[in-house]
Amino acid sequence: MSKLPIRARVATTLGEAAGKVSRLTGRGDGSVIGGVVGLRVAPDLLRQLAAGRQIVLVTGTNGKTTTTRLVSAAIGSLGQEVASNAFGANMESGLVSALSGSPDAPYAVLEVDERYLPSMMKATTPRVVVLLNLSRDQMDRAAEIWLVARRWREAFAAMPDCRVVANADDPLVAWAAGSASQVVWVAAGQRWHEDSWCCPQCGSHLRRDELGWRCGECGLSRPSARWVLEGDSVIDSMGVVRELDLSLPGRANKSNAVMALAVAGLFGADVDQALPNLRSVASVAGRYTTVQRRGRALHLLLAKNPAGWLEAFDVLDQDHRPVLLAVNAQVPDGKDTSWLWDVDYRVLRGRPVLVAGERRIDLAVRLEADEIPFELVDGIEAAVDKVPPGGLDVIANYTAFQQIRATLGRTA
Amino acid sequence: MTAPHSGHRPYRANGSADRANELLWTAREPGVNGAHHPGERERPVWDRGRPAGPSALRLVWIYPDLLSTYGDRGNLIMLARRAQMRGLRVEPIQVNSDQPVPSQGDIYLLGGGEDLPQVLAAQRLRAGGGVNVAASNGAVIFAVCAGYQLIGTVFGGAQGEPVDGLGILDISSGRGDKRGVGEILADVDPALGVEQLTGFENHQGVTRLGPGARPLARVIIGTGNGDGTEGAHAGRVLGTYLHGPALVRNPGLADLLLTWAAGPLPPIPEAGEAWTRRLRAERLAAVSVT
Repeated sequence: MSKLPIRARVATTLGEAAGKVSRLTGRGDGSVIGGVVGLRVAPDLLRQLAAGRQIVLVTGTNGKTTTTRLVSAAIGSLGQEVASNAFGANMESGLVSALSGSPDAPYAVLEVDERYLPSMMKATTPRVVVLLNLSRDQMDRAAEIWLVARRWREAFAAMPDCRVVANADDPLVAWAAGSASQVVWVAAGQRWHEDSWCCPQCGSHLRRDELGWRCGECGLSRPSARWVLEGDSVIDSMGVVRELDLSLPGRANKSNAVMALAVAGLFGADVDQALPNLRSVASVAGRYTTVQRRGRALHLLLAKNPAGWLEAFDVLDQDHRPVLLAVNAQVPDGKDTSWLWDVDYRVLRGRPVLVAGERRIDLAVRLEADEIPFELVDGIEAAVDKVPPGGLDVIANYTAFQQIRATLGRTA
Repeated sequence: MTAPHSGHRPYRANGSADRANELLWTAREPGVNGAHHPGERERPVWDRGRPAGPSALRLVWIYPDLLSTYGDRGNLIMLARRAQMRGLRVEPIQVNSDQPVPSQGDIYLLGGGEDLPQVLAAQRLRAGGGVNVAASNGAVIFAVCAGYQLIGTVFGGAQGEPVDGLGILDISSGRGDKRGVGEILADVDPALGVEQLTGFENHQGVTRLGPGARPLARVIIGTGNGDGTEGAHAGRVLGTYLHGPALVRNPGLADLLLTWAAGPLPPIPEAGEAWTRRLRAERLAAVSVT
């Protein structure tokens, strides 16, 4: 901390105090407010806090928080402290809080909102940027994704020393990363194709086959990958195959884990050293947690957009146990519920479906159109009472998820 | 290696495809790209032995690969559902931008899109001419947001430069100063006999109507065309700035399109309307208090 200028030191101290107040008064987890206070006092705080550290920025539409956690765990295998905004506070204030909370950590793994990647790159001069995926999300406040990809592209072209770890299977991501001078390509998979039917470079219809994707017109194609996710295994850059065997469920997390291993590799972390750390991650900021409630095991899943719902369905229990869907449309969720019509709910057929959240009627109309029987409930407690003892899967979007966690207690 | 995505196709039906509802999700065949049905690579989607016969109502969804930003599929689903509840047979047809547009459809749907995809869609549709032929044959055209601008004579491209549209509707659009984002409420042209329009808008377009088009509605809350009107219609062509699944909250508008295509329709039984009515009532109440 002593290397910081005096104004930055005052700013971080004030910020930490505000974070403590926020936690003590139960207003939040304190990961944003501290940074907000600090930035008021020293607007250049992020740059100063980042200076001299090895910074990794993690961005993409889905999987940011989980991947940030996995990268931190993987780099943690090197035995040094890693600063991180582990609770998903991914704007400038959240980054400031994370760095000022761990002033001596030589490494920092920071989740960044995809729209702010270029400005956060300028402020932190990252050694590595991780690009997971890009798909439609919160259209009323987010920039259009082709535009986001173009801005990423410009940012990488302007920062040739920055290494990029990118998902080669996502055409928009691959095109954006293509301007970077050093890219580690990861075959991390892409299930959601609805935003990448056309070539990001020339607009022609993309061809897809077993080898990936390619544009018949301009020749843009899936780069060959150094790291590959194959089923439940990772194939590293030397061709060695290892079982992932994660605690976190779902295909999306396997892909996040392979991205994390690729990042750790850049810092000299051995796969056999990093993998046990990844396996020990069982829940991330309340996501994937199982909570016991009056004889029901609640399995909590966060899904914020169509691609996220597709991955969440993949994690549902196979025994057709009941599922609660909760949807809000507050500002952090996006106030437009149109995206419900991009989700294919028919995979829920055969399960008892309960519907909650502030926009549950939107969801009701959507499920009716897919001929999914459902029942409205007032919230998580009512849902617990409605289902027989056993299990209940819960899928909720952002603020609906936070409300459920608050009801169940922060311990969830 | 086997690409991890190859085993997963988001919208694939796993049961029998004998119901049109299943087709709503399967009509876009990933195999069109040659990956899964190489033999059918060059065959257009609507020519693959669909179960619906010639008397079925053909709903043609134009370019979901370019013009489907946020829930646009909802319009196809709602039209099909409301037709089926009247006993009409439905044949949903999805046409990607590398395929020719059939001219024999009954209702054509054009959705929203980002700037570049919108320009590409306009170029390809102008080159192919299918939608223009269908419109001149009297087909129903329903266009939303970017699709609405695109069926006009001209619209603003990525840098605001004028781009030629299809010229099906006598409107011209450009870019405004600020984005109109939020709930919209508007009184529909009384000539159409449709209840108030409710929806969400998200666009930066400004649209002027020529003498050949009438405003779809007068704005009560929201931005619409930018001059107090919202959307436009002429004959059987109708466009709106409502975003994505505009017909979900406006079943009357869906029925208007179906009536244009299929003639007078019987009412839908109360039970089939209940959730839709409830959603409409909730959204109307929500905008009136804000």
